[in-house]
Amino acid sequence: MSDYQPIRPAKGPVGRLLAPVAGFGVTLGSMFRPTVTEEYPFEKVPPQQRFHGRHQLNRYADGLEKCIGCELCAWVCPADAIYVEGADNADVLAETGGGQVSPGERYGRVYQINYLRCILCGLCIEACPTRALTMTNDYELAGPSRAGLIYEKQDLLAPLAQGALAGPHPMVEGTTDTEYYQNKVTGPTAAQVEWVREHRPDDESLAAATAVVEGTAPAPQPTKHTLRPPATKANATREAAKSSLDWKTAPANGGMR
Amino acid sequence: MGIEEAPSGFLLTTIEDLAGYLRKASVWPVTFGLACCAIEMMAAGASRFDLSRFGMEVFRASPRQADLMIVAGRVSQKMAPVVRQVYDQMSEPKWVLSMGVCASSGGMFNNYAIVQGVDHIVPVDIYLPGCPPRPEMLINAILALHQQIADSPLGVNRREAAQAAEAAALEATPTFQMKGLLR
Repeated sequence: MSDYQPIRPAKGPVGRLLAPVAGFGVTLGSMFRPTVTEEYPFEKVPPQQRFHGRHQLNRYADGLEKCIGCELCAWVCPADAIYVEGADNADVLAETGGGQVSPGERYGRVYQINYLRCILCGLCIEACPTRALTMTNDYELAGPSRAGLIYEKQDLLAPLAQGALAGPHPMVEGTTDTEYYQNKVTGPTAAQVEWVREHRPDDESLAAATAVVEGTAPAPQPTKHTLRPPATKANATREAAKSSLDWKTAPANGGMR
Repeated sequence: MGIEEAPSGFLLTTIEDLAGYLRKASVWPVTFGLACCAIEMMAAGASRFDLSRFGMEVFRASPRQADLMIVAGRVSQKMAPVVRQVYDQMSEPKWVLSMGVCASSGGMFNNYAIVQGVDHIVPVDIYLPGCPPRPEMLINAILALHQQIADSPLGVNRREAAQAAEAAALEATPTFQMKGLLR
């Protein structure tokens, strides 16, 4: 059994003299490297495209919802974070006199995702048969109450695309839900705009949809929930406190206990 | 008569604003990592995200010198008394950030071993979803909490707000009795 023999050669007298401060060489070297810090609220570096952020419920190009209320997302959810209640489009048809919420037979009447259970695993996205549910890159989700972090259908629905017609309204004439699934519907039609003008004359999406029908505006493009714009130095915390949903419920304890 | 007993109005409101502004800029979190969320919390403190930009790079090893408890990770039934003890040892004013879905509501661990939300044992000021949340999400939650701190009342107003909060808490459904998605 021999004594320990270091593989590295022993240092000379100068090396031994400088050994206690040799570590500063690392510090000094780092000073001339580029800064790695991301200035998060002031400059938001977008996450990867594949990032699993908050969900959104998509719409077809004419503004009808894609969700058919099948509850597959709720069934597959490992955390039981999703609650769906489907309803018949026939009921909406009778109530509104011809309009419907989604093409086909059923639509999602109640759609809730509890973000305090959701682990953003994306199984619901894989389960969705109509690509109604997808995930966006928005990750700013913090909130002061448990109830406020249950997102309802209106919070999850994709913002209405410029030129799309807000539902409920009839399907494009001469189509079935199959044509919708095959992406053959590219925008609202004159008959749909006419129907909405008759039933809801003060609908906000009417003007833009009319422009699309007349050909003066391009067909609606799919929209996504996006990150809030970068904050300025002065209002970084205020921007953070202001959720995209304006927090449905105020803090239960008013910041106190 | 201290300044805090002065009639509320312009003067006290200005002091509240000033105190809130100073308070929010020196929040020190207690070192309290319980699970995988703690990795992201450490990342938030390290150079890429750099929490020290907001005056909170020192994760205090002692709860006595900390104002913010970031509950990072699932709280098991066995850990619950420890969480409460750490919280009780912190000096007022103190805040709690529930980081990640497990700490906030139990997350996907809906079973007998995990406390179904740390708000069963300590009052939570801000909830942060995600599994685990990325460091940006944590910074976002912390900044939202900063705004809460800046807006928090002082003196008479603070006492009144505390009484109102207590009355509301007594009226509210206990967390363990919540139904539906809030369970």
